[in-house]
Amino acid sequence: MNWITNYVRPTINSLFSRREVPENLWTKCPECGTMLFHRELKDNLNVCTACDHHMAITPRERFAKLFDGGLFAEVKVPEPLADPLQFRDQKKYPERMRAAQKATGEKDAMLVAEGELARTPIVAVAQDFSFMGGSMGMYVGNAILAAAERAVKMKRPLVLFSAAGGARMQEGILSLMQMPRTTVAVQMLREAGLPYIVVLTHPTTGGVTASYAMLGDVHIAEPNALICFAGPRVIEQTIREKLPEGFQRAEYLLDHGMLDRVTHRRDMRDELATVLRMLMKLPPAVRGDLPAPEAGAASPADAAAKDSAAAKPAETKPAATAKGGDTKPADAKSAPAKAPDAKGSGTKAT
Amino acid sequence: MNYLDFEKPLSEIEGKAEELRAMARSNKEMDIEKEAVALDAKAAVLLRDLYKDLSPWRKCLVARHPDRPHCRDYIEALFTEYTPLAGDRNFADDHAVMGGLARLGDQPVMVIGHEKGSDTKSRIERNFGMARPEGYRKAIRLMDMAHRFGLPVITLVDTPGAYPGKGAEERGQAEAIARSTQKCLEIGVPLISVIIGEGGSGGAVAFATANRVAMLEHSVYSVISPEGCASILWKDAEKMREAAEALRLTAQDLQKLGVIDRIIAEPLGGAQRGRTETVAAVGKALETMLAELAGKAPEALVKDRRQKYIAMGSRGLAA
Ligand SMILES: [Zn+2]
Repeated sequence: MNWITNYVRPTINSLFSRREVPENLWTKCPECGTMLFHRELKDNLNVCTACDHHMAITPRERFAKLFDGGLFAEVKVPEPLADPLQFRDQKKYPERMRAAQKATGEKDAMLVAEGELARTPIVAVAQDFSFMGGSMGMYVGNAILAAAERAVKMKRPLVLFSAAGGARMQEGILSLMQMPRTTVAVQMLREAGLPYIVVLTHPTTGGVTASYAMLGDVHIAEPNALICFAGPRVIEQTIREKLPEGFQRAEYLLDHGMLDRVTHRRDMRDELATVLRMLMKLPPAVRGDLPAPEAGAASPADAAAKDSAAAKPAETKPAATAKGGDTKPADAKSAPAKAPDAKGSGTKAT
Repeated sequence: MNYLDFEKPLSEIEGKAEELRAMARSNKEMDIEKEAVALDAKAAVLLRDLYKDLSPWRKCLVARHPDRPHCRDYIEALFTEYTPLAGDRNFADDHAVMGGLARLGDQPVMVIGHEKGSDTKSRIERNFGMARPEGYRKAIRLMDMAHRFGLPVITLVDTPGAYPGKGAEERGQAEAIARSTQKCLEIGVPLISVIIGEGGSGGAVAFATANRVAMLEHSVYSVISPEGCASILWKDAEKMREAAEALRLTAQDLQKLGVIDRIIAEPLGGAQRGRTETVAAVGKALETMLAELAGKAPEALVKDRRQKYIAMGSRGLAA
């Protein structure tokens, strides 16, 4: 059943972020103070090489390392009403939006993509903390619904990376309504019998934690991520005492039964592949840095090609694919017929 | 009568009339009735003026008024055979959330609501209507029971928000709220919600994700309190008036946005000045809304509820 009237059309992604490379080529680790060279930090997935502190990573950077060969197709998100409340604080909401769009090169705080992870076809959605604190408004809700709908249509699992300060106040009650809306998205996946994995990253708070981020089949968090409903400052004001070290951090939540695992960003891809492939009853994953799937039946980009006459994904494929052209998308062929087939998924997009 | 700050001129006039009458009682020679009646008339005009166009911030104050009827008052007056059911079967019974079996007319229902308390002792016992995870988990248990036995669920929402405490976080406040919202969306029975005072953020959504949502005329429903919003966006908690305005948290705006279905009128001067009338009006609205959903198949109720939330946000407000 189609829950969203707008047809969700995947568009081919440009591998590279539209963001500028920072002029300052050195970043100081906010945790240990080590100066880290930009390139080195990027190669290490924005994790401090000295102390393992996990810094923010944009959805595009994350997807580039998550998907085989860095190739993924963006799933289009239906545009919500702009500024439905005519909200104005010290600035007008549309001004804040324009500033955030300019600073990030993104439309809003969520990116939806489809592609293969260790040859496992998935839909992924990632929240962008650098876009107005990742705040959850109509667009974020639409993105999660679009992702769930796409996953159901393609019979793929959904992996969601959360990162948000909470609801977007500038959308008032409509941001609050994303709690039930995104919960419906989770229900769509459950009813379709598809895995929904949540990766909770720093920080995941407020209404985001109290809806889709806590409704996964499996909850994996990045180390030391702050995960809570009410933030530590609010609690300290309420109870008038200092909170213990590590309160509401990932390891603490793991101890208190709210998470399944705390996993280093470096190991996340393998772990997701392992879990997803078991839940999808696929054979064990092929390990290592896989090149992008070949332009064949298994390519998620194929879907884009069929949908959009303008896009020629096979030709616009990033350089990453070329060097590994000899690797076959093995799983698509070796997967048992019963399993949700990667082969068919690319061609059923229309 | 507890007067709100903005009602101060009213309290002065009503106080003067009261004083005059007290004086007349002790001194039979005095004839003050004419003056007192004039003051009454002046007070009536002032009350009408004050409540004619309540600003969003003033609505917040009225919604939080301690003399407003609370969940318990509605349950006692509108339902019969109310049988409280306690506990989340895990950790505790949360007194900020009341719930149990009851009859509305002849119809057995499950009624669940936030209770703020009515005096210092009961307010503390009820934690000022701020539920902990156990409250949401109790609600989940009751909604589930209602679903299995085919009883409509009625929720009465009146909370500043979920309790921001250490234990509440440790025991999974966020997860409890998420599951409660999920349960609201799952049950194959009519789910009707009335926001009777404060609809505070996630703590409210966890009960108010319903087939029909009504709000009392001066109640509020918001993603964040105006004070909280002001301190974040204006960096000044004193800007709560501006924040209340911007958040569009009144029943009137929320109906225009399609977030709520119905507004229940309050007596002149707010629910606190006509508790019986208010409770009766809510009772009538509950019956009407239940009747609207009567005879619907469980699957249709679930589908309609989901569709309603999916579609939400297609309507905006003009400046
Ligand atoms: Zn470091």
